[in-house]
Amino acid sequence: MAINAKTISETELFYGHKACAGCGGSLAVRIALKVLGENAVAVLPAGCMSAVGFNFPQLCFGNNAIISTFAGTASMLTGVEAGLRAQGITDFHAVGFAGDGGTADIGLQALSGAIDRNDDILYICYDNEAYMNTGIQKSSLTPFGARTTTTPAGKNIRGNLRPKKNLFEIVAAHGIPYAATASVGYLNDFMRKVEKAKQIKGTKYIHILAPCPTGWGVKTDETVEIAKEVVDCGLWYLAEYENGDFTLNHRPKEFSDVSAYLRRQSRFKHLTDVDIEIITRSRDKKWEFINQNFK
Amino acid sequence: MKPFLRDFVPTSYKDIPDATAYEAGYLVTKNAGWRNIRPVIDNTKCVGCLNCYLYCPDGVIFREGSKINIDYDFCKGCGICSKICKPGAIKMEAEK
Repeated sequence: MAINAKTISETELFYGHKACAGCGGSLAVRIALKVLGENAVAVLPAGCMSAVGFNFPQLCFGNNAIISTFAGTASMLTGVEAGLRAQGITDFHAVGFAGDGGTADIGLQALSGAIDRNDDILYICYDNEAYMNTGIQKSSLTPFGARTTTTPAGKNIRGNLRPKKNLFEIVAAHGIPYAATASVGYLNDFMRKVEKAKQIKGTKYIHILAPCPTGWGVKTDETVEIAKEVVDCGLWYLAEYENGDFTLNHRPKEFSDVSAYLRRQSRFKHLTDVDIEIITRSRDKKWEFINQNFK
Repeated sequence: MKPFLRDFVPTSYKDIPDATAYEAGYLVTKNAGWRNIRPVIDNTKCVGCLNCYLYCPDGVIFREGSKINIDYDFCKGCGICSKICKPGAIKMEAEK
């Protein structure tokens, strides 16, 4: 039976944490741990989820969880998996939760190494599109045009100059057993992917888009709505990579308005119509690629 | 089952365990004070879809028999539950 709100375990394993109200990242961690169960061993690098989960003596993880070095999420996962296996323990899931900076910038070599060794780990990247924990600095997963403290919007430069790094396809290019993209706006899809990753042996990677009300400049109750809208307007997509093939899981019948999605966030408020035209064109180009190469 | 509030709060160095680990799910403080508005459930309008429970970032909405309830100790009042509720069974009310 498909996993949904009614069938998911009622056990809460990420509870009482100090994340901002309406945090998308904490929702992703909470749901993933509910699917994996209390035998999951979580590894978290420096980032929002370790900052809000481990405020001694307030320990918000109901399962085993540990903080790793910023760059070493995947290498610590390798160690956790090898250590438990050496002790003869088989009933566990080594799972890592790293942000976009801890994955696409700082932790990329460790992740690449773990995929190369095909260690039996699940790596979940909760992507809130900037270094939110330290006060909204640009990461390589910050989209074009977004205003952060290191890519300010002024008279000459209007936010981030570079497009979002295509990490899902970079990971897939390693020939990983399983990789997927998800969004906290479509949790049924995310739960199914975590459930699927749970059964697969080898390295698994799930990239979940998790809006941050503080950094994106939206109201706290709009997190889920905006995570849906980003998929509906085509700036994010739900896909899987398995056995060398890409599969698209959700095809919007008609894209919703990109400018409506951008305009409601204060990080994009400064964008001109020309900027939005650039974003729309890059979206169309991306979907041309998806239509050609994804099933 | 979920992490719950404990009575004992370590305050001095000798209260801290010797090992590198500490018990998982040890909660000593509430998040209730963060809230300006609180969700209030009208169980007569609730259709039991459980979307509020699923989409709550803090996991504070739980099933109680056929009804749902909220753990106000840890609700931060973000309002996601109220927005996701199609029948409009959750209203946000000002904290007094």
